[in-house]
Amino acid sequence: MKVCDIIEKLNLKVIAGEEGLQNEVRGGYTSDLLSDVMGNADEGQVWITLQTHRNVMAVASLKEVAAVIIVKDLEADENTISQSNDEGIPLLSSSMQAFELSGELYKLLAEKK
Amino acid sequence: MKRYKADLHIHTVLSPCGSLDMSPVNIVTKALAAGLDMIGITDHNTTRQCAEVHRVGQLKGLYVLCGAEVTTKEEVHCLTFFENFEKLAAFQVYLDKYLPNIPNDAERFGYQVWVNAEEEIEGQEERLLISAIDQSIDEVEHTVRQLEGLFIPAHIFRPSFSVYSQLGFMPFGIKPDAIEISARYALSEPLNNHPELKAYTVLHSSDAHFPEQIGHHYSLLEMRAPDFQELRMALQGTKGRKVISA
Repeated sequence: MKVCDIIEKLNLKVIAGEEGLQNEVRGGYTSDLLSDVMGNADEGQVWITLQTHRNVMAVASLKEVAAVIIVKDLEADENTISQSNDEGIPLLSSSMQAFELSGELYKLLAEKK
Repeated sequence: MKRYKADLHIHTVLSPCGSLDMSPVNIVTKALAAGLDMIGITDHNTTRQCAEVHRVGQLKGLYVLCGAEVTTKEEVHCLTFFENFEKLAAFQVYLDKYLPNIPNDAERFGYQVWVNAEEEIEGQEERLLISAIDQSIDEVEHTVRQLEGLFIPAHIFRPSFSVYSQLGFMPFGIKPDAIEISARYALSEPLNNHPELKAYTVLHSSDAHFPEQIGHHYSLLEMRAPDFQELRMALQGTKGRKVISA
């Protein structure tokens, strides 16, 4: 499954980083502590968070995640958006809160298997 | 130049987690007994107890720096200090604007009152002070800069509420006046693991919530007098002023 597929199925908005919409999704990780994501997220996962700081994209790039989804329609900071474009990692947003969105994504990835 | 002992992270009775014994007179008395020349008053998201501690300090010969420990939107704690009461008041307006309207439950979190030198209650903050304000770390720093204040990320290696726990590393746009290492969390060893922090002035402080913790950890400052402008120079390491490394 690709990032563009989950965008369609989970009704996500693309904020930035269109270049990476064909990235392959290998799983998901939900966390708001960037130190935790640095230590525990894996390459190819979709990262679900409520943090909107620019450091999110730096960590996303470091961990080579497939995409970042910001929950609850929170607005990403301006330099987070520009860094998403620079890194080519999609920055997406959802109106769902983290629990619901994680559940939906989990279901979607499990169905595929 | 003289050497001064400074503990720049002290909570008062106004912080819900601060002991009721952290009154202006008690704080100043304990600080002087601990041999401190300068203290910083840093309650969570409020500056309302600063003036009275400053006044008592002035009477008893202790320089009291006025500020707050701000909780940013990312839940990073940052110490902020201001040179005079006008700038402090302007920062209080900013805090009042962005502190969310979540009422304090005093039974659960503790009382949020500020008191005078006679320990009479002067006022009470109804909103929960340990909430995060609706401003990013970058926005808080920007506001502090506009008011020519000092901006110091607190207890940076604490496993929660720190730059490292919340944001993974120091954001590129931020230019702190110093970074703080608290007595309560990991000391010098982690600092050696972070060569990127070598450029920053490091302060040690107690993060005292109880009188007996005041001065438990402190920084040694070499400067001409214990005051705001001298401290700024010491943090910058200019004109012969400096922070003596611990």
